Amino acid sequence: MLFSLLIAPAAAEAALPPSNPGTPPMSDSPWSLLPAASANAEALDTLYIFFWILCGIAFVGMIGVQAYFMWKYRKPAHGHAKTSPLTHNGKLEFIWSAIPTFFFVILFAWGEIEYMKQVTPPPDALDVRVTGQKWSWTIEYPEVKGCSLTNDLYVPVGQPMRLTMTSMDVIHSFYLPAFRLKKDVVPGRYTVLWFEATKPGLYPLMCTEYCGDEHSSMVGRVHVVPQEEYGAVLAKACELKQGDTESTEDFGARVLTRGGCASCHTTDGTVKTGPSFKGLFGKTETLADGSTVTVDENYIRESILEPNAKIVSGFSPQMPSFAGRFDDKQIAALIAYIKAQK
Amino acid sequence: MSTAVQSHDPHPAVEPSYLVSKRGLMSWLVTVDHKRLGLMYLASVMFFFLIAGILAIALRTELFTPDQDFMSAQTYNQVFTLHGAIMVFLFIIPSVPAALGNFLLPLMLGAKDVAFPRLNLLSFYVYSVAAVFLIVAILTSGLDTGWTFYTPYSTSTGTAVITATTGVFIAGFSSILTGLNFVVTVHKMRAPGMNWNRMPLFVWAIYSTAVIQVLATPVLAITLLLLIIERSLGIGIFDPAMGGDPVLFQHFFWFYSHPAVYIMILPGFGIISEIITVHSRKHIFGYKAIALSSVAIAVISFVVWGHHLFVSGQSELAGVLFSFLTFAVGVPTAIKVFSWVATLYKGSIQYNTACWYGMAFLWTFTVGGLTGLPLSTLAIDVHLHDTYFVVAHFHYVMVGGTVVAFIGGLHHWWPKMTGKMFNETAGKIGCLLVFIGFNVTFMTQFFLGHQGMPRRYYAYLPEYQTMHQVSTIGSWILAAGLLWTLIYLLHSLFKGEKAPSNPWGGVTLEWATQSPPIEHNFHETPHVHGSPYDFPEIDKSAGGHH
Repeated sequence: MLFSLLIAPAAAEAALPPSNPGTPPMSDSPWSLLPAASANAEALDTLYIFFWILCGIAFVGMIGVQAYFMWKYRKPAHGHAKTSPLTHNGKLEFIWSAIPTFFFVILFAWGEIEYMKQVTPPPDALDVRVTGQKWSWTIEYPEVKGCSLTNDLYVPVGQPMRLTMTSMDVIHSFYLPAFRLKKDVVPGRYTVLWFEATKPGLYPLMCTEYCGDEHSSMVGRVHVVPQEEYGAVLAKACELKQGDTESTEDFGARVLTRGGCASCHTTDGTVKTGPSFKGLFGKTETLADGSTVTVDENYIRESILEPNAKIVSGFSPQMPSFAGRFDDKQIAALIAYIKAQK
Repeated sequence: MSTAVQSHDPHPAVEPSYLVSKRGLMSWLVTVDHKRLGLMYLASVMFFFLIAGILAIALRTELFTPDQDFMSAQTYNQVFTLHGAIMVFLFIIPSVPAALGNFLLPLMLGAKDVAFPRLNLLSFYVYSVAAVFLIVAILTSGLDTGWTFYTPYSTSTGTAVITATTGVFIAGFSSILTGLNFVVTVHKMRAPGMNWNRMPLFVWAIYSTAVIQVLATPVLAITLLLLIIERSLGIGIFDPAMGGDPVLFQHFFWFYSHPAVYIMILPGFGIISEIITVHSRKHIFGYKAIALSSVAIAVISFVVWGHHLFVSGQSELAGVLFSFLTFAVGVPTAIKVFSWVATLYKGSIQYNTACWYGMAFLWTFTVGGLTGLPLSTLAIDVHLHDTYFVVAHFHYVMVGGTVVAFIGGLHHWWPKMTGKMFNETAGKIGCLLVFIGFNVTFMTQFFLGHQGMPRRYYAYLPEYQTMHQVSTIGSWILAAGLLWTLIYLLHSLFKGEKAPSNPWGGVTLEWATQSPPIEHNFHETPHVHGSPYDFPEIDKSAGGHH
């Protein structure tokens, strides 16, 4: 590509396993752009670079003239120089109104054309449902029954994807920097975002509409995989069963990741929006009404299925219910995991 | 309650200045003198600038590392909300109009006072009550909605939204009353001979601002009232569960708050026109273009609010129209910048501190203006929206534009307001620190933004750390520059040399009276015979347009 020097190689293409729970690396040079991993991103970078060249010329030109005048017409050491009686110049003023107007029209039209492509999904796009809530993304695939992922979006290369998005609570915004796309996710209505990924890799997904305490933690991953692997990768990602050799606590840790629990609950004792799991099991907690409750299997199970039933004093009702998302085995594994956090 | 002590010297050799014409605390608290009110506003806005500035430094320091350091998520969210709300509603909006505008408008018009002096006093107290509400909100349960109060977050959070919005609601009335007062003052109080073409450009800017204040602020009041009703009574106007629309709030809010951006920047434009002409001894280039572009900006600013909603799910057609209109507001803005640079041509530029700020403004505001272009371009905004690019852009406009102009104006008119000269060398050191600190802080954030760093994150991906650290170090330099400036300005009040009536050689009317001015501004009503930029240094024999 013409501007390849300015665009960093997609660092995210490195061999990160798709199950990596961390966030993918992006460009770490301040002088490069993000990896461009969609057709839209490549088209936009061209426009963006056009803008920077245009503005660079305008800025250097203007500041250059200013600096020259500042030096050339500085006051003499003693007294003042006679200054020009110039008050206006119609021709000059017309020219410097017309030139910016001309370039503004180009920027506007170019931006409008690309924007219309951004908002018009092709008819063969695959559907994905996205639900934003404080503070995680639930991603569901209609073609895989019962598949509900948290903060992980799987997409095949070269296949248009159409995300139909809504929010359970406040306004969020679904932002895919490597695709140069975002759209607000609004309660009570559906908004649509579509893209076609062009490069396999792992890319970040972030919330860009302020949504409360853990807004900064609403960060997920987009896994772009080759078409031929997509079916198998997605099926594996959707599956949530204890492996033959896997301990119950390890399985519980996977359930925890799938539920996006870590955005509010830590395991190191730090209290975020919800209580930390460290040393939680067996504790006696005081509720807002002054009564007490012991954190045992029953209380944890109830708190997963009906989070607002008994809220410990000092916390607010922020957690969504996981009834229907986790089955008995998964809940049992989660309890085992919490028990193990001593 | 005793009224002010009147000092009636039957034969004053030199009339005492407005600062000492009446004495005692009460003479200040119930003053209707626009100059004293200007100073009282100045002290208030500087106090809030300091508070909100300290909050900003706390935010930048937290962002020094990607992880949570010394503030919890809740604290961070409250701190950025208060930083924004205090800066916007208690500092920037009243800064130039209420502080410098109050002081200068009647002087520049050759008037004794504003049209409604008592209303002016009322505005100040309304502003003070608003400030108390915001402070109470801070001290009780805080506020964590962001300064924009977006629903449904603001209707569901547990923090002091009602107290804070009541404060902003009340502040709006102060803004409306001041605006109304200024509009009438400009129409009715001009000195004989001062027709519309002879008004200083600062007056034009304050006038355009006042018109926006009067027309736009009621919409903010209505919006905030709806929010308060929604929160307390649950009428469901913004609640989708009850058939309401949360995005409607954003339309209402930005219908005020976009014009408010111009309430913040237009007065800064006015200051720059005065600084550049006086310190270069040149007639302003394109007087009519600058004056009318202020009016054009004021008008167009009412129809660009939708560019804050490009990714909100508003219709594509609306997005396209708002994009086009937003570019339209760029044209009069560009005309202004070109005209200021052209004013320097064949001038005799004297590099006083105020002039340094004027030159710094041309740099910072041009960056702010140019980086508005990708945000107006629909497809690019989709990427940059709500990232640090936007944060950098509006700080270049608000701080690089308004605050730099405000501080420049403060230096330009400081001798007139206080009767004291400050140390020029100290002033230039301060300007340099502010300029470097500001650019290091915010230039960096453009890069963070196009790399995808979202706004309002207290913790972030480690890739962004280097740029965040550079930005944080810049903010410390900026803070040092501002503190330095505060110190030498305060020092000048006690140790500064006595200011002459016209230290910079200006020809607008405020320089025609003593420094500081007498209570009624002028001994005799001045008569205006020509342009406010007709400097004696101009070479009349050279020919040119008149």
